[in-house]
Amino acid sequence: MAATKTRGSSFSRAVSAATPSLAPGLKCGPNGTVFLSSGIPDLDKILGGGFTLGSLVMVMEDSEAPHHMLLLRNFMSQGLIHNQPLLYASPSKDPKGFLGTLPSPASSKDDKPRDRDTDQEKGLRIAWQYKKYFGENNPNFTGHRDDKHEYCNDFDLRKPLERQFLIRQHVDCVSLQDSMNLSVLLDHCGTFLSQFPRNDNNSSITTAGRIAIQSFCAPDCGYSNMEWHMLSFIRSLKSVMRSSNAVAVLTFPPSLLSPSFCKRWQHMADTLLSVKAIPDEDRELAQLLTGYQDMVGLLNVHKIARINTQVNLEYPFPWSFFCGCSTGNAAFMLFCSLSSISFILSCWSKLSAGSYDP
Amino acid sequence: MDQRSSNLLDEALGLDCQTDRWALAGRVVAIEDSVETSGSFILHQLVKRALAPNSSTVVLFIAFAQPFSHYDRILRKLGCNLAAQRVNNRFFFFDKLTLQCPDVDERNSPVSGLVALYGEIQETIYGLPEVSRKNVTIIIDDLSIVEVAANGSSDYVLDFLHYCHTLTSEFDCTLITLNHEDIYSSTEKPAFLLQTEYLADILIKAEPLATGLATDVHGQLTVLNKGFNHGQMNSRNKIRNFHFRVKENMVEYFYPGSRN
Repeated sequence: MAATKTRGSSFSRAVSAATPSLAPGLKCGPNGTVFLSSGIPDLDKILGGGFTLGSLVMVMEDSEAPHHMLLLRNFMSQGLIHNQPLLYASPSKDPKGFLGTLPSPASSKDDKPRDRDTDQEKGLRIAWQYKKYFGENNPNFTGHRDDKHEYCNDFDLRKPLERQFLIRQHVDCVSLQDSMNLSVLLDHCGTFLSQFPRNDNNSSITTAGRIAIQSFCAPDCGYSNMEWHMLSFIRSLKSVMRSSNAVAVLTFPPSLLSPSFCKRWQHMADTLLSVKAIPDEDRELAQLLTGYQDMVGLLNVHKIARINTQVNLEYPFPWSFFCGCSTGNAAFMLFCSLSSISFILSCWSKLSAGSYDP
Repeated sequence: MDQRSSNLLDEALGLDCQTDRWALAGRVVAIEDSVETSGSFILHQLVKRALAPNSSTVVLFIAFAQPFSHYDRILRKLGCNLAAQRVNNRFFFFDKLTLQCPDVDERNSPVSGLVALYGEIQETIYGLPEVSRKNVTIIIDDLSIVEVAANGSSDYVLDFLHYCHTLTSEFDCTLITLNHEDIYSSTEKPAFLLQTEYLADILIKAEPLATGLATDVHGQLTVLNKGFNHGQMNSRNKIRNFHFRVKENMVEYFYPGSRN
């Protein structure tokens, strides 16, 4: 650590933060933190800017629906767009295959704006009381979307990511399927993270990394019954993350863990999200929400990273949001592909009291 | 305190009265929290109180959860310069983020990592000047991670805690620990939690509000003070309950419904 000034009193002048020069895709946050985008504009907004560098994001999956994959896909694509190195680990035998499903940024907004506005308007009509939270807490949020290097892109899940992004940045793929030894995986992560060391001054950050670990405790993985080892891995990963300029997103199915360990994992997370499917053709929900037919699931924000601060963002947790797709073309939906994800605020208080409260 | 106003938490812990001795000397404080309501702000407050300019308390902070920079920034906003206190030998930071006890199969048992840690703590205390030795506060953040470091051997962690407890009687140290109650409440026999609660003289529980979520009240604190043998208040097992709101540079404590 650089030489610290020693003063007699316990008060010291506030550290004047010279704005560090950041590579595109990174944004300054409060308390000396730096954000990178989750790949989902509304989620960035909810989190107060994005995912904090050095933090561990955990997503609790719904064992009946693969919505966590949508979060992962957007997260991974966003990183590749911004030329941020990526490490991807999954229980499948050939994780590389997943890269073919990564979405491309929506090229033109011509087919969407009108519908999106209508959706937004309808959405805001229901959720008007939450507007004030966003206004106060996100002074940095601007609508500059014409910038070539957008901080966060709108992704079109129908279009696969162009090959040039996959070639330009070699994606490190790891299969967890037969791995019995988590220390190998930890070493692998450690080597990957050594590319982005964090110094205390944070004067400039040229590159940041992303780690995406899917379904960490899935039964396909050899180590899945070694509960303490898995927890130890998460803890070690988190401590290496603290000294790296990177974000790790780890998804796991909570039903496969004992309740006690599930709580331990939740405490380990800096940012904790969960996804849940909503049933098709639910008449009550359909009446309650406009655009119900566009919605595929429920996203809960349980906690948000509190690095260098003891304060939570000023909303009560957990926050529930509906995730869905905004489509300009109704017919397209029948083919069950999702064009993009947008989050629509809803009367969560009413629903969280009911059966949709995870 | 003349210079600064004490708050409800200070009162509950006996820190509001002006005495030359740190009110928590020789006592064990156990803080419990949950995923919904974090209790780390209580640790920050206690560090700040311990390092107050008119006291000579030395703080040994055993950190398993966060690096030094995290606490430094937070305490700075609360009006306490940890970096300076570190240089002045009033604040000792034990960075144990990567401490991992060796596996059971190997020759060394998991206890060896914790034994070494205890040795470090003891050495630090012995190394202090005579006058400071009687005013040490040991803070452990947090116990659930110590269990992970010990590969799940809660017994070894309890042994470690008991050893630290001997320091409270030998040196009049204060021992403050943080743990997560919701991890153990879902088990059949929450032995580890019960043992730490039994060991504690003061139990502080941070919980969400019973009535649900709110923006201006972040949760409630319940402080159980076993054997409150301080000054005029001789009532045993004093329980206090109040609400709190966490801000950047302070925490507000208030009785339910009395917030203006």
